[in-house]
Amino acid sequence: MRAKARFYPKEAARLLKERPGVREAVTGATLHFERNRLRAYAEVPIEEWRERAKAIKDHVLSHLDRYLEEAERRLLEKGARVHWAEGPEEAHQVLLEIVRRRGVRRAVKAKSMLTEELGVNPFLESLGVEVFETDLGEYLIQLLKEPPSHIVGPAIHLSLEEIRRLFHERFGTPLEASPEALAGVARKVLREAFLTADLGISGANFLVAETGTLALMENEGNIRLSTSLPRVHVAFVGLEKLLPRLSDLALFLPLTARAATGQRLSTYVSLLGGPAKEGEEGPEEVHVVLVDHGRTALLADPEAWETLRCLRCGACLNACPVYRQTGGHPYGYVYSGPIGAVLDPGLLSLEEAYPLPYASTLCGACLEACPVKIPIPRLLLTWRHRAVAEGLTPGWEKTAMAAFRKVMESPALYRLFSKALRGLPLPQDLLPLLRAWTEGRGALRPSPKPFHELWREMEEDRGRQN
Amino acid sequence: MRVALFITCLADQFYAEAGVAAVRLLRALGVEVDFPEGQTCCGQPAFNAGHWEEARALARRTLRVFQEAEYVVLPSGSCASMLRNHYPELLPGSREALAFSERVYELSQFLVRVLGVERLGEGLKGVRVAYHHGCHALRELGVREEPLTLLTNAGAEVLPWEAAEECCGFGGLFSVKLPEVSLAMADRKLSTLPAAQVLTSTDAGCLLHLSGRMAKSGVNLRVAPLATLLWEAYAG
Ligand code: SF4
Repeated sequence: MRAKARFYPKEAARLLKERPGVREAVTGATLHFERNRLRAYAEVPIEEWRERAKAIKDHVLSHLDRYLEEAERRLLEKGARVHWAEGPEEAHQVLLEIVRRRGVRRAVKAKSMLTEELGVNPFLESLGVEVFETDLGEYLIQLLKEPPSHIVGPAIHLSLEEIRRLFHERFGTPLEASPEALAGVARKVLREAFLTADLGISGANFLVAETGTLALMENEGNIRLSTSLPRVHVAFVGLEKLLPRLSDLALFLPLTARAATGQRLSTYVSLLGGPAKEGEEGPEEVHVVLVDHGRTALLADPEAWETLRCLRCGACLNACPVYRQTGGHPYGYVYSGPIGAVLDPGLLSLEEAYPLPYASTLCGACLEACPVKIPIPRLLLTWRHRAVAEGLTPGWEKTAMAAFRKVMESPALYRLFSKALRGLPLPQDLLPLLRAWTEGRGALRPSPKPFHELWREMEEDRGRQN
Repeated sequence: MRVALFITCLADQFYAEAGVAAVRLLRALGVEVDFPEGQTCCGQPAFNAGHWEEARALARRTLRVFQEAEYVVLPSGSCASMLRNHYPELLPGSREALAFSERVYELSQFLVRVLGVERLGEGLKGVRVAYHHGCHALRELGVREEPLTLLTNAGAEVLPWEAAEECCGFGGLFSVKLPEVSLAMADRKLSTLPAAQVLTSTDAGCLLHLSGRMAKSGVNLRVAPLATLLWEAYAG
């Protein structure tokens, strides 16, 4: 996917103005998820779970080479083919070879953020392959040609009305069709696709090194079908998805479900090994593509590597009051919300993602929600600090900061400033800042006297009384 | 006991009465209060925006100004957290910053945790209060119950508020870097406001932002810093 992260401020403002319905839909849905998460967290000793999950992830990340080799070995033993892809080009090569060799014309896809990173759909389409997203939300945004707006709920920004209109135009369903009826229509289209596709594509929530097992979580059953019906299955797995042992799933599956949707476990969990054996149903070929795409570089970053613990549960998005106003689109890259704000600069480059670390008030709700305790607020500060050090800051901000420092370093100047605030014209440099503030909130109304004057008066009074 | 009051720049300029209230209240409770005159801003706006060099200069100056203080008390959760949690990060290896951070308290936190005062008087009898949890007070300092206890014990009715713990959208420079999002957040927060007589919080920034937004949309509600209400609780 081409990143448009640098337009975040403009896009956020535009969306708020032009599509107010998005704000309503996203706020409603995220608050619902958030309430479910809080309830689900409260049912278990969540602090212990989070601590353990964090420790296991940290362990696996600090021995990643060893676990990747182990995973590869186990996958090969099961008859899967393993590929390593540094970025989109190598990932595309794997697909190209399969499409050519097997004459693939149709592919069904299970929801995967990594394939968004890699641009799998446009690539397959360029080869003349028809691609069906099979997650209902993904299917909707595919019809609309929009990118996902949320890690877990890709169509979270759409209202029922918009979906009704879309289906009315596409499939001629009545404008007042019930959600069930709409789902029924999608199901019919997708069933046909499942039965006729030559290729199934998925991501993975986890890859267990000990057994070479791919674990996939979902609620609709479409992943199960996408990974088992077509004759060829390709799973794209980010390097950070490794878990050491099969037994670790006993923690990570329920933890992820609780964080993501407040469920104790997702409705379906698929554990996949290799291709079907003699007499079994399932794909003849299974390919596992282990994808780097910036991850090893991030792992080597002493301040930002913790973002790789991320389980892609979306809990931080649901908890984030900034994300809630716009959904994911203005962020301009695959990952939005708090985790996007700290992960995207690592995956893209800070220059390209500059505004994203500023898309937060540092309220800390994301850290509270994160099942693996990624210190998102601290990481936001780190990226901001680097942005300043790299000179990415806009001119007005630099000027304002220099002025701010000058005034605040000198009590005398500060007192002068305080007088200026109560009458004298303010320094020109600060005017754009002031305008940005007053437009939405009216003029600044300082106290008649600042406290430091009132303090003197109080002290004088006391002096007189004694 | 002796405390040095750090009024913080926003309260100094926009909620001066909160400082007066804090001084009166602390003195009434038998605490000696200093106001070190060299104080200005803790440096948080610069720190949060990534301008650490500027922030560091101000952190060093704050440390100097408050060197002698036994306790540093602030009527602002956000600045208190800056001193307590972020000065040691900003000045790594500084023993002074580390030792200093342990002496810093937000006002209500100081009253309850250090002075052990949970009951100030009954001056807020029957007043319906909406309490906005400033994010840094809540999540960085862990100040959740203290303000509620003090208000409730003074007879106030702290109204249930769906969005009480949601960020108001101020966020320092955030409010001017991303003004539209900031305002949308304030509007969402205010759209759930219960039928209160007064809106309060520990943080001047949040109150400035919310009251400005309310005025702009024609809502007429008293907005008062927590320190002011706590003094009213005491003085009746
Ligand atoms: S950062 Fe944490 S909360 Fe956010 S998606 Fe990743 S694991 Fe979930």
